[in-house]
Amino acid sequence: MRLLVLAIISLLLIVTDFNFRQTDVVRSGLTTLVAPIQYVVDVPSRVMGWLNRTTVDYQVLYQENDELKAQALVLQRKLQKMTVLSAENIRLRELLNSAEKVDDNVMLASVIGVDPDPFTHELVLSKGSNEGVRVGYPLLDGSGVMGQVISVSRFSSRVLLLTDSRHSIPVQINRNGVRAIVVGTGLSDQLELLHLPDTADIVEGDILVTSGLGGRFPFGYPVATVGRVEHDPGQPFANVQVQPNAQLTRSRQVLLVMAREQQEMGLDENAEEQSETAVEGEAL
Amino acid sequence: MSQPRGGVVIYLSLLVALMLSALPLPEDLQWWRPEWVLLVLLYWIVALPTRVGLGTAWILGILLDVLGGSLLGLNALALTIVAYVMILVYQRVRMFSWLQQVLFVFALVALDQIIVHWVKGILGVSSQTLMFLVPALISAVLWPVLFMLLRGVRRGFNVA
Repeated sequence: MRLLVLAIISLLLIVTDFNFRQTDVVRSGLTTLVAPIQYVVDVPSRVMGWLNRTTVDYQVLYQENDELKAQALVLQRKLQKMTVLSAENIRLRELLNSAEKVDDNVMLASVIGVDPDPFTHELVLSKGSNEGVRVGYPLLDGSGVMGQVISVSRFSSRVLLLTDSRHSIPVQINRNGVRAIVVGTGLSDQLELLHLPDTADIVEGDILVTSGLGGRFPFGYPVATVGRVEHDPGQPFANVQVQPNAQLTRSRQVLLVMAREQQEMGLDENAEEQSETAVEGEAL
Repeated sequence: MSQPRGGVVIYLSLLVALMLSALPLPEDLQWWRPEWVLLVLLYWIVALPTRVGLGTAWILGILLDVLGGSLLGLNALALTIVAYVMILVYQRVRMFSWLQQVLFVFALVALDQIIVHWVKGILGVSSQTLMFLVPALISAVLWPVLFMLLRGVRRGFNVA
């Protein structure tokens, strides 16, 4: 009898969770409850990291320091050019009457958990709704887009990675602006380019960047590099394998982008609501 | 029936099992993760069926779902059904030889995995591989060790 009751409750929960959003409240509450478990589980790797840092050789540190300084110099040089270029970009955009900010607000977070289920590619981050994380925020590391936030609890949030087979992202080829959609394959080092015409101009080594279409990912972050391009005369589309740029299985410090597009979209929604009420008012 | 004692030990062991099941593993090892929560739950059902039952199984399942980010209720359903089977036959399981116990635990963990994959399959979020039976194998092999360990814990802390 109790089995039946519990089984029916479970089935109802599964169906509601699959079809509706109402269970999100329950889930985020419970996730806040189990967040301590995730933090505790992360302790061994943090201790290992700490041991690595404290027992490292001075020689190695000196060397690394030198390398980093050299790298900083190179980057600073690039930055000098960037400031000039972005100023010019803004000026040109102003000439075209399109106001767009070049830089985004970002928030640093660290990865505290990896999803134990091998069928899904998800991460748990140390920042939650308390720090202002919202569902849909894109996640980056130093070299590219990693994924997007799919659920938020008070002290942690869950991210769907690019490589998960449920994830797709609108991109364009950096070289010529050809648009396409990159979907995950479920393998941690491979992505797929969907519905790209056989005649499209794409070659090995092309870099794919976010196109900003769809309003979820801001424009211009590198997503993946094209690996192999196959033209099969029997297929309507080219078969293109691409590798993610971000170090999806290694990065520990990551960046959450508080996308301005979303803020603007939020405003637009409000505006639409207002206009709708206005229309209703007229109808009345 | 004497006064129940040592509930803390039961819940602590279940908490440790939850942590082990959330422990990050290298990608190649992920397939080989034993179903810790289910194993510890099965032990307590065999040992103390009056203390640990369907309710505990269901709550553990919900916590697993939340921790793993899977569909809410998925593991709850599987754990409840498996726990129910164990509650039906726990007296016989106590009389089993080690080999029989290992085979029985293999069947139960496989049942758990199959339920999870069935439901996922019905909802269209599953893949075509039998690899999901690997945890059942590992769990069954681990069962005797875990059984003796938890029995030591139960006797040491005088849980009844």
